[in-house]
Amino acid sequence: MSTKETTPATSKAAQEAAPTPLIPIPRGPVPQAPPERERRTVEITIDGQPVSVPEGSTILEAARKLGVDTPTLCFLESLTPVNVCRVCVVEMEGSRTLVPACSRKVEPKMAIKTDSERVRLSRRMVLEFLASSVDVSTAPQFAGYMERYGAQPQRFGPTAATVKQPVKIDNDLYVRDYSKCILCYKCVEACGVDAQNTFAIAVSGRGFSASIATEFQVPLPESACVYCGNCIGVCPTGALMFKSEYDMRQAGTWDERAQSQTTTICPYCGVGCNLTVHEQEGQIVKVTSPLDHSVTHGNLCIKGRFGWQFVQIEPAESKTE
Amino acid sequence: MILLWGSNARETHPIFFHHVLKGIHNGAQLFVVDPRRTSSAQWADKWLGLDVGSDISLANAMAREIIASGLAHTKFIEHATSGFAAYREHVEKYTLERAERETGVPAEAIRQVAHAYAQAGSAQLCWTLGITEHHNAVDNVLALINLALLTGHVGRYGSGVCPLRGQNNVQGGGDMGAIPDRLPGFQHVENDELRGKFEKAWGVKIPPKRGWHISGMLDAMERGELKTLYCLGENPADSEADRHRALKLLGGLEFMVVQDLFYTKTAELADVVLPAAAGWCESEGTVTSSERRVQRVRAAVPPPPGVRDDAEIIFDLARRLGHDWGAPNSEAIWNELRSLSPMNAGMSYARLEEHGGIQWPCYDEQHPGEIFLHGRLWQEPLLGPRAPFSVVEFEPPTDMLDAQYPIRLTTGRRLDSYNTGVQTGRYASPLRGPETIDLAPEDGRQYNLHEGERVRVTSRRGSVMAPVRFDPGLRPGLAFLTMHFPDQVATNDLTIDAVDPKSGTSEFKATAIRIEKCTEE
Amino acid sequence: MDLHLTGARPTDEEKAAVDLELGPPESVWDGGTRGNGADSRSASGGNQKAISQRHLLLPVLHAVQKRVGWISQGAINYAALRLDVPPAEVYGVASFYGMFSLQPRPMAVAHVCDDIACMTRGSEELCDELENRLGPEGVPCAGGRATWLRSNCLGLCERAPAVLVARAGKKAQERVLAPANPDRVQSLINDAANDVMPAAPDVLNPQLSVPQEGSRKLALLRRVGKVNAPQLDGYQRLGGYEALRKAIQMGPEGVLKEIAASKLLGRGGAAFPAAKKWEALYTQRDRLKQDPNRKHYLVCNADESEPGTFKDRLVMEGDPFAVLEGMTIAALATGAELGYIYLRGEYPLAAQRLAHAIEAARWEGFLGENVLGSGARFEIELRRGAGAYICGEETALFNSIEGYRGEPRNKPPFPTQAGLFRQPTVVNNVETLINVPIIINQGGAAYASVGTENSTGPRLFCLCGHVERPGVYEVPMGATLRQLLSMAGGIAGTGRLQAILLGGAAGTFVSPKEIDVPLTFEGTRAIGATLGSGVVMLFDDSVDLRRILLRIAAFFRHETCGQCVPCRVGVVRQQEALQRLVENRPLGSKADEIVMLREMAQAMRDASICGLGQTAASALESALARWNLFA
Repeated sequence: MSTKETTPATSKAAQEAAPTPLIPIPRGPVPQAPPERERRTVEITIDGQPVSVPEGSTILEAARKLGVDTPTLCFLESLTPVNVCRVCVVEMEGSRTLVPACSRKVEPKMAIKTDSERVRLSRRMVLEFLASSVDVSTAPQFAGYMERYGAQPQRFGPTAATVKQPVKIDNDLYVRDYSKCILCYKCVEACGVDAQNTFAIAVSGRGFSASIATEFQVPLPESACVYCGNCIGVCPTGALMFKSEYDMRQAGTWDERAQSQTTTICPYCGVGCNLTVHEQEGQIVKVTSPLDHSVTHGNLCIKGRFGWQFVQIEPAESKTE
Repeated sequence: MILLWGSNARETHPIFFHHVLKGIHNGAQLFVVDPRRTSSAQWADKWLGLDVGSDISLANAMAREIIASGLAHTKFIEHATSGFAAYREHVEKYTLERAERETGVPAEAIRQVAHAYAQAGSAQLCWTLGITEHHNAVDNVLALINLALLTGHVGRYGSGVCPLRGQNNVQGGGDMGAIPDRLPGFQHVENDELRGKFEKAWGVKIPPKRGWHISGMLDAMERGELKTLYCLGENPADSEADRHRALKLLGGLEFMVVQDLFYTKTAELADVVLPAAAGWCESEGTVTSSERRVQRVRAAVPPPPGVRDDAEIIFDLARRLGHDWGAPNSEAIWNELRSLSPMNAGMSYARLEEHGGIQWPCYDEQHPGEIFLHGRLWQEPLLGPRAPFSVVEFEPPTDMLDAQYPIRLTTGRRLDSYNTGVQTGRYASPLRGPETIDLAPEDGRQYNLHEGERVRVTSRRGSVMAPVRFDPGLRPGLAFLTMHFPDQVATNDLTIDAVDPKSGTSEFKATAIRIEKCTEE
Repeated sequence: MDLHLTGARPTDEEKAAVDLELGPPESVWDGGTRGNGADSRSASGGNQKAISQRHLLLPVLHAVQKRVGWISQGAINYAALRLDVPPAEVYGVASFYGMFSLQPRPMAVAHVCDDIACMTRGSEELCDELENRLGPEGVPCAGGRATWLRSNCLGLCERAPAVLVARAGKKAQERVLAPANPDRVQSLINDAANDVMPAAPDVLNPQLSVPQEGSRKLALLRRVGKVNAPQLDGYQRLGGYEALRKAIQMGPEGVLKEIAASKLLGRGGAAFPAAKKWEALYTQRDRLKQDPNRKHYLVCNADESEPGTFKDRLVMEGDPFAVLEGMTIAALATGAELGYIYLRGEYPLAAQRLAHAIEAARWEGFLGENVLGSGARFEIELRRGAGAYICGEETALFNSIEGYRGEPRNKPPFPTQAGLFRQPTVVNNVETLINVPIIINQGGAAYASVGTENSTGPRLFCLCGHVERPGVYEVPMGATLRQLLSMAGGIAGTGRLQAILLGGAAGTFVSPKEIDVPLTFEGTRAIGATLGSGVVMLFDDSVDLRRILLRIAAFFRHETCGQCVPCRVGVVRQQEALQRLVENRPLGSKADEIVMLREMAQAMRDASICGLGQTAASALESALARWNLFA
């Protein structure tokens, strides 16, 4: 068992090759990864401004390069674009329909409009459709987007169908409130091929009643879920929430302005996952991981995500055990 | 291709396994060698369920098959290795048929993995404690290194040998010299020039002889040579094989100091207990991961009242012993290390921050760090010494099976728990049930057991009670326990302290046991 | 992968159904029984194997549904284990399709069409009567052994109102009843409950379905209805497979030249030039030859689910070999060695006839390793849909064949670059494919001389609703709506025409004033309408068009896959607004509601992923443009 693994293998190997080489191995050239295929540059225009980006880039990337702020909900850098929310749609010259900026690759001479009447209408409708059917109260991006596009979800009236349903609390780590689910597929991707490959959840049903579910909606503890929390890490609306955060929100003690975030390294296995510790009043309130780190890409396992309770316990208490 | 040997990385290194899965989705093949059909093995194109401790037989037979099929990387062998002729001659007797007898794995499966490994454009050979927690741990590792040398799967982008580290800083401990024969930066303590550098910098004499590893320390306690122990962040009273012996020896020390986050079993035996801050979130410093990546740890929360940073405690201790080092500052300590350890020289805190960690060696502040090692073996002309093939012979586990102890017990981790559970025992994992002895369903039938029933598990050294769980990934005659819950099931009451003389590791992976149905508690 | 299954076990029946489809398990690790020593020492599996068998998921779910009448948690677990697919995904796929029940359901189920064509022929009255006699929809009847359900269009519109009865069991059966009346439905439900259903699923009656039968002018329909059960020798006697022989002589370039000259446009609704698709694959032939992992696929889209459409069904029932011949010629030209026919699940007779035809063609060497000695290899697999309109969308169809939820993919990449199994793929509709042998026989130029400059060849139309002789009609492109109507005996019902729906639920309404429109792609486009799938549905002046619009809105709400927001929520909001207008309780003024409907329509058209969302408001918009329905 590994509590006593203390001797690195380089040393083991070195010890074995008797007599022990006492001189360090000479320094060689710096090892290199194979060079990446050279990508040509593609020039397009966005809102009349020319911009050059590498071949294979998306319209979103090109727009960002120009500083054009494009709203996104189902998009995340670490996941395969599913382009289902359609809030990022832009107008492309010669295209019958609008195209999703998050996934449409640039082609030479594309002319894009990001703020035309058509674009603004579709974006507004998407926001109105979502906000009229889903509880977006804990979705951080929504208020800003709604204001920007003048969305008025209440215009569909008080009887407009919603996805409201009871909160699911079936374990001590996660809370699932599908009344807040905009069906962005991110959690399914994070649980699936884009990260965890556990596939505990999938989109089920069809149409307006489609929902994220385990098989036959069995509670998480009966499902394949391994509580890595990677679904929570990517959820854009708070439909999936750490129990620690949920409880504090219920108690009215959750206060993001009073929180600090510090990135450190997971105390468990030797992979070296970066943990971002969210602290409030000297206590850890949740743990995430940076999306842009090459070790984790924002993903963790159950231990890294939840195994921090041991530093919360008063020493006096642990002594009594 | 990825060859995962004696590792259930899916559960023990989950984020590493994400990267494996990325490879799999890009078309990489995965082969898994493990006695159990683990969750990692279930992702494999081919799983080889060998007998516990028969790894060398399997590896040698693969080598023979590779050589016999003309798949050895002759050019690389000639260019960069030594001892091939003796090795070839040695493995000649490990026919597929012999290996099938010794490992239990069908010859055809061995042939397949040998061919796939040799023919892969690039191949990673990764292992964990399934290789190293044996009485012949180093031999096991050497048997695998032989395969990499034989096929040239080392020192190239995408090819290599990789021990997956079990702890966040086990590599860093070695980097910093927390091994018996090395100073920081793997500089040998018995090399006068290297030692002299440290002596000059520190203004003290350093004993010119290597020390003991932990098993050696226990032996030294037994011989009465070791009477005082200063134990930092280690819980040998629970974690050592043959726990009865470890407890007796630790209890017999004249003086023991334990510096830990927790009041552990070991702390209970101590004369002085120094409560320490959690290194990963209550103090500043660095750790080194499995891929040699040095990364910063940072204080995110304050330690509880009365609890101090390890460095503060050590600095204070030094002051009491007559050496005033001033106030500890993690960056200053690190910079001192950089001035003495060439492989860390280029890793300023600022650069570690900027690059999200750097993989050693990093010789200066322009050096990017190295994404893989041993590239020198491909240099023309060869740079440095040749890489030696090692002649290693199959030896079965020390704790033999017989009519009285017919079942092979092996040990490992579960996804949500860690080591002796002092850290993971404190969060509410929905995956966690009571600790169980896992058996093949067939054994359950043979012993007339039902799931959840408590049975007596007995080895030649001790006996524990545990409820039964049936695991279809186990074959008849193979059982599994973890060490996560010593208060429920003291697994190390059963294990054997047969120690690998070269690494000091005990054979946690192979214990002979029997299962007894029992009605009384 | 590391599957985690709940404790639910399959029944023996469920296991048998799956094993019959897949063959027995290979090892203990994919569902076999323990005890084989070798299994405890090594196992084969892995991601590539799992990927390679994923396409069997839909057939496996069909097998369980057919055998047991519903799909239980235990069955899902067994399917997951056998195919190495996570159970949550199996559930996600199973719950996508309307024909699968995930709750216990009686073995006999009657699907009663209440869609727009049947509405004009008394389906509401039929449903009311069934409710009186058998109890409400979905509730067990016939002693708990049967139930009845309302259904979207069953594609039997020429014989409306229509009913399809399915009986699960070891010898599962299906039976069509059209036109249906309460007595016959009740009696068939009883037969199904007692497992004494008639053997044949349906009978093709040309008098009811192909009113032009016997006319010498027919090309596409010339064999349909000639014989009751089409056989290969009969097909050859009537000129069948001459075109294939000729195509083999001509070679791929020759075939492509004729198809290009014919100016054949796709008949599925999008009117895309067939030659362009084929050429796109042909130009990739070098990569196909060099890369052993590369394949070309041909897909015959027979998922004819547009309400009011039934032409492809009649072709497949009446002349299945023509479909195979068209596919085989397409395969020769495009380098495809495997073709799929994706047939909508509600067509039992077509399934039988196609399966029989494929078998016969293979036996006689028209399919197989060496097609007619040409050296080319071509096989056809028949896949049945499971009740999802969206699977008629070509990329949704790919996902469905591959064993995933039938959700459309974003384009590009287009199917000819990355289609089925992410390989270059040509998708052609049934009617498009049966034009192919005609073009090869006549020559492309001769074919193009029929019809207009831009709309060439003959075309099939599905006349239904208030028309004297409903059925499928073949006319040269360019015939007017008026001519077509007179061929079909004029308006039925009150005899006074109120509206015509062209192209089905995703199509457009036109008014009687537009009856002289030529039925060409360009002719309909000029009046803001579409030919779509060839539906011509007529409504007399007794019909409340608002009810028809509501039914269409309900259809889209039921059939949207739910993937993209504009469509998923848009079709719901559209139905809600229409409902309020019909019930005369608008939010704000009626004009406000109409403004809102138009905004929704534009967002759905502009921002939806696929054609379903893009056309879900099309019929409504065309109606609003022509009539003041909500004064």
